Amino acid sequence: MKQKHNDFIIELRNVTKSFGNVNAVDGISFGVRPGEVVGLIGDNGAGKSTLIKILSGVHPPDSGQIIVRGREVRNWNAAKSRDAGIETVYQDRALAPQQTITRNIFMGREIKNRFGIIKVNRQYQEANRLMREIGFTSKVFDPDSPVATLSGGERQGVAIARALYFDADLIVLDEPTTALSLVETAKVFGFIENVRARGRSIIFIGHNIYHVYDVADRFVVLDRGKVVMTEDKSNIPAPEVLIKHMQEIAELGHAADASPA
Amino acid sequence: MIGSGTGGGQQIAREDASGLVKWLRNNRRALTSTLFLIVMLIGFTMANTDVFTQFKTYRSVMIALPVSIFLVVPLVFVVTAGEIDLSFPSVVGLSSYAFVSIVDQGGDPLIGIAAALIVGAALGFVNGILVVRIGLSALVATLGMNFFLRGFINILVEGFSIAIPEIRGALIHTIMADDTIIIAGNQGIPNQMLWALAFTALGIFLYNRHSFGVRVHCVGDNPESAAEMGIDVNRTRILVFVFTGVGAALAGIFSVMINFVWWPTTGDGLLLPVLAGLFVGGTPTWGGIGTVFGGMIGTSIVAFIETGVIAAGLTGFFTQFFYGLIIILSLIFQRFNGGRVR
Repeated sequence: MKQKHNDFIIELRNVTKSFGNVNAVDGISFGVRPGEVVGLIGDNGAGKSTLIKILSGVHPPDSGQIIVRGREVRNWNAAKSRDAGIETVYQDRALAPQQTITRNIFMGREIKNRFGIIKVNRQYQEANRLMREIGFTSKVFDPDSPVATLSGGERQGVAIARALYFDADLIVLDEPTTALSLVETAKVFGFIENVRARGRSIIFIGHNIYHVYDVADRFVVLDRGKVVMTEDKSNIPAPEVLIKHMQEIAELGHAADASPA
Repeated sequence: MIGSGTGGGQQIAREDASGLVKWLRNNRRALTSTLFLIVMLIGFTMANTDVFTQFKTYRSVMIALPVSIFLVVPLVFVVTAGEIDLSFPSVVGLSSYAFVSIVDQGGDPLIGIAAALIVGAALGFVNGILVVRIGLSALVATLGMNFFLRGFINILVEGFSIAIPEIRGALIHTIMADDTIIIAGNQGIPNQMLWALAFTALGIFLYNRHSFGVRVHCVGDNPESAAEMGIDVNRTRILVFVFTGVGAALAGIFSVMINFVWWPTTGDGLLLPVLAGLFVGGTPTWGGIGTVFGGMIGTSIVAFIETGVIAAGLTGFFTQFFYGLIIILSLIFQRFNGGRVR
């Protein structure tokens, strides 16, 4: 894999974000290459969620640069992030529960003409197709159902359907397996393999190191708002090694025998 | 709905049936209020068949009802977005003052209309800024605006009203507020009612089929999710206030067109009936969902109560009593349509 900077789909350079006195993200530089799965790990409060929300444009960074395909983008926001081909599947799924499945899939990026009039039938048909693709098995299979009628796994499916429809270059999965059944978790892993096979990139955030180890090509470990370790999977023979590094980081603030970033 | 093609005729028939069920389910709030209006009118007709089988009874309601409809349609958007606007009575007053003073000084009524719309939109924008940018509570800030603007009107005109009888016969008045469709004798459906229905239709379309309306739904349902999906939540919220300002300006212009007089109190007294109509119509208070058609029906329910109570032979003392009774009854019926889902 080439290591040149301009290979990155998106790159953050020296990005900071603080809330009051808390430096949630404290000078992070970080990039994602095409076709790789990055496992983003770190303890609670390490800054994972803030970093993701900067990437997806929900939180504007206090300082630092955001570079999309080698070009710096200013006034970064959620709409620009989605336009740049980044789709985020948030931990809370980012759904509007009283709205229909169709409306949720196309939230913020409706299929519409230039007068803003929504192509309702197209959206309905696309939603129908996506739901089959994802493998909705529920009997109440109707894109016009409100999201509130769906199970946790099905809600996750709706959030993933967005990423599928918009054929994102980079999909950010924030704790995608939390509160999912084993079957649903397996579906998420199948989805990740699919995305990887199509040459798209993924950032996978997880608490479960075994899950992250299984899917990721590269690990980025955060601690107290900083990147404390970046390592390819080839240098980490087993998930237990990764867990050992994590424990050292928690105690020392950096990894003992891995190259600190 | 298109059948998948594998099941043949039977399947298509089944999907058609479920399509009807779906339509009933999706529109249940508007249908509930419509049913309520019909039942209420049947009740009034039984109480006084003479009055409620005459066209002029309905016409008398349709003269002033449009003013409320121009208000309720944008208010459905405001409440769906999770906000509230209590300043509209004074916005009606101030924007129609702009209209009436231009016409009174011999200006072109069209310029007067444009001025009123600008004033209404600007006041709506101020409401939006107060609530969205400065972060005031919509309830309190718009209530304050209502007092402030009414006070401003009083200082401005010192209690004097303005009459513009000369507008009668002007083309714009004929188009906006004469009877074109004659039903009985020389009486017909007032044009303002047709405009109000057209405005309702536009509102329904905007609410359900346009990205603005759909984003209003998402913002009111879950503002965090809407922001995460790239919707400009603040812009959407400000726009619903601007829309209400424009609706209030239209209501004010029509009010003057109908009465030929602008009073310093124009718009006062609309606050509670219009809000009652909004909620009676089936838009819940919590945001995310609502019905524009229901809002129009709800204001009609409220408008018919007074006529119905008097026609039924009761004195005016009963009006408020029935207002309250019917509002509470209709909300109980809406309750069967379910509470908030998460």
